[in-house]
Amino acid sequence: MIPGGVAVSPAPSVRRVCWLLLVAGFLALVPLQRRIDRELAAQGQIAEVLYIPSGRILRRLSLGHEGLLANIYWTRVVQYFGRKRLGHATRFELLGPLLRITTDLDPQLVIAYRFGAIFLAEKAPGGAGQPAEALHLLRRGIVANPDYWRLWQDIGFIYYWDLKDYASAARAFQTGSERPGAAVWMKALAATVAAAGGQIQTSRLLWSEIYRQAENESMRRSAAEHLLALQAQEEMEKLNRLLMQYREREGREARAFRELVAARYLSGLPRDPSGAPYGVGPDGRAALAPASKIDLRLLQ
Amino acid sequence: MLAVETLDLTKDYDVGFFRKRLRRALDGLNLGVEKGEVFGLLGPNGAGKTTTLKILLRLVFPTSGTARILGRELDDVAMHARVGYLPENPYFYDHLTAQEFMNYAGEMFGLRRAERQGRIDRLLERLGLAESRHLPLCKFSKGMVQRVGIAQALINDPELIFLDEPMSGLDPLGRREVRDLILELKGEGKTIFFSTHILSDAEMLCDRVGILNRGRLEGCGELREILRLGVAVTEVVLDSPCAALLRELRPYTRSVVWTGQRVRLEVSAESDVARVLALAIRHAAGIVSLNPVKMSLEDYFLGQVGATPNASQSREAVTVSEAEQGKK
Amino acid sequence: MRRVASIALHTFKESVRERVLYNLLGFALLLMGAAILFGRISVGIEQIILVNLGLSSISVFGLLMAIFIGIGLVGKEIERRSIYSILSKPVRRAEFIIGKYFGLLFTLVINTAIMTVGLYAALFYQKRHLSSADLVVLEAVYFILLQLALVVGLALFFSCLSTPILSAVFTFCLYVIGNLSADIRWFGQETGSVVIEKLTAVIYYLLPNFGDFNVIAQVAHGEKIPGYVLVSNSLYALLYGTILVSAAILVFEEREFR
Repeated sequence: MIPGGVAVSPAPSVRRVCWLLLVAGFLALVPLQRRIDRELAAQGQIAEVLYIPSGRILRRLSLGHEGLLANIYWTRVVQYFGRKRLGHATRFELLGPLLRITTDLDPQLVIAYRFGAIFLAEKAPGGAGQPAEALHLLRRGIVANPDYWRLWQDIGFIYYWDLKDYASAARAFQTGSERPGAAVWMKALAATVAAAGGQIQTSRLLWSEIYRQAENESMRRSAAEHLLALQAQEEMEKLNRLLMQYREREGREARAFRELVAARYLSGLPRDPSGAPYGVGPDGRAALAPASKIDLRLLQ
Repeated sequence: MLAVETLDLTKDYDVGFFRKRLRRALDGLNLGVEKGEVFGLLGPNGAGKTTTLKILLRLVFPTSGTARILGRELDDVAMHARVGYLPENPYFYDHLTAQEFMNYAGEMFGLRRAERQGRIDRLLERLGLAESRHLPLCKFSKGMVQRVGIAQALINDPELIFLDEPMSGLDPLGRREVRDLILELKGEGKTIFFSTHILSDAEMLCDRVGILNRGRLEGCGELREILRLGVAVTEVVLDSPCAALLRELRPYTRSVVWTGQRVRLEVSAESDVARVLALAIRHAAGIVSLNPVKMSLEDYFLGQVGATPNASQSREAVTVSEAEQGKK
Repeated sequence: MRRVASIALHTFKESVRERVLYNLLGFALLLMGAAILFGRISVGIEQIILVNLGLSSISVFGLLMAIFIGIGLVGKEIERRSIYSILSKPVRRAEFIIGKYFGLLFTLVINTAIMTVGLYAALFYQKRHLSSADLVVLEAVYFILLQLALVVGLALFFSCLSTPILSAVFTFCLYVIGNLSADIRWFGQETGSVVIEKLTAVIYYLLPNFGDFNVIAQVAHGEKIPGYVLVSNSLYALLYGTILVSAAILVFEEREFR
């Protein structure tokens, strides 16, 4: 590139000035860029506007690159969601439209339906708390991908968990089980849900299934957290029954589990699945320790 | 003070994509050009003529050695205001007109508008470009571009003018015009340094020449001296000489060339010419012509540069005085 | 100083008369006309589409122009050897580079202005009247110009180093990477590998961050850009432009013309 040879170059003072400008420029650039980053982040609400709010038009404009554009939009969905969660937002206004655009651009991008539905359905602060939107998204996904039975599973799950509509959940699992290639346990799931909708064991079954099928780490973690919460809930129900027995038999309220251990109702101090000890709350019922990693809000 | 002088000027280019190999374009060039003379730098293609000019004009930097122009160092900006340069096969700009381009050149020298415009008018007039001054340069023919090049080289009324192949691409009329211009400029007291591989031009214009070959100066000196060097021959053309005559002439003649009925003889020594003529008359051969032929620059050139590359490489630079001593 | 101005002026004259620029300009204006039609098929967001497409066209065509004349800045001059007659005159090489830069920048400003007028004409045709709220489009054009100033600097730098074609390629690649540098950095942070994170951070700060200047979406919705963002970005462009020109001068001072 630059022709070589040992050259006697002219004008050393010019070179010195240029090097100075170069180095000083870059040094000044770093803090300036940081400041710009802060300013742009502060304009969070401005970032709420969409580029072109119609997936169909975007598809036409993309000139054959819809797949790429869909991927880019999907990346934006994930970033948008992550950023909102970090900021402890409670409203995710753009999530629905962004997902709609993404799936308009590439109707076969299944991950957008599945994850999108989870983001949408989950209650704040974990998600947008819009289960109806989530269902709508999944139904569109089923229209575009009729043989992808897992979407039915996702629908069933939302009915079960977020809407507590066990009958519809069972119907969804049933329909999904009839699709070619569906896993055998879908039928079993349908039956269990229909019979014992609100019970903890059913929920445990569903979440265990999700844990087993989880395709990545964050899904697995979420399922594990739910399972732990369910287990804690079950244990706490047992502990509450013991507390009630104690009150009936001893004639007074226990204020700590130590008393139950002393009276031989328990063999040792009870710990929750995360290892933190259970305590007795001011209402006389079992409660989690403040330091416990279990989040009972997941069960609402 | 010499107008141009170089001292052991050397330039290596590195060639080769991965391994660095050096190609020596100039090897210890020692050159001197007097003020007010027309100096021709001659040499075959690739000899280093253009490299020399580029180093002098700060387009290329020397590997070692120094050079001075008008007694100043090469990076003396004020000195370059007194110098003009016509590049080889010039190409300027497509969309600027001749007038705009000359303006551009003039502004580089810091000329004021009135002065500048006056000079532009005079130069364009002198070079026959006055009518085309508002044409964009892309519409110019090669000869016209060459003339614009000369005009921009003269815009600052320089003391010293560098011309790189000034006649290239010109038709005979154009060449004559440029030749006349150079002689005019010389008449105005300017120094001209031009490089060319066309020997006839150099013969007609130069006071002194230097012969560059493979980066080394292989001959340098006044043209008159060079052309008196070497063996001058006399050319005798006879009509239908008999075999006996030719036999007798053989010791005096250097070459015998037949063309139809006529034979062309080269007689080496001047003293033998009379003997040859006498013999020809005795054998009643017709004498067509008798011409003393001086050595041409081409002969000198080829003699220095040599027919084979190896031969010239081993040759040392020969100055005029050494050659004369050798002859004596 | 006068020499710099002269170089800038003549560079401007030379480049503004390039036929290719007029072709690009024509296409840009055509696209804006087409954008009006696009608006028809999407009721309710006609203006958004027009402004979006119009500004994007100005940006894309401005980029093409910048790269195209950027190649001509030094690369073509070296190739065609028109640079010999200028550099052999008493002008410093640094002056040459600076003059070239401003000459080209001015050419881009003129062309961008023409395209902006075209956009406003299309807007007027669509809305039947223009209000002061539409001035916000000028802010986006200003940001586009800041971007183009950096692109031209890049083109100038590369054309001092290598052949015209290669410099066009490098400039374009850096433009693309510069637009994605925020994403690259985010990606680096997500991977969890400290090495990659540091590397992507270096890329983020070192390369020109074109993503900062992307305000087309906001402007399309009529949002004004806050003053402090304007100032910061202008400062960034000024700093980085200075870096690029200095680097170009450094390279050019050493450059030989074989």
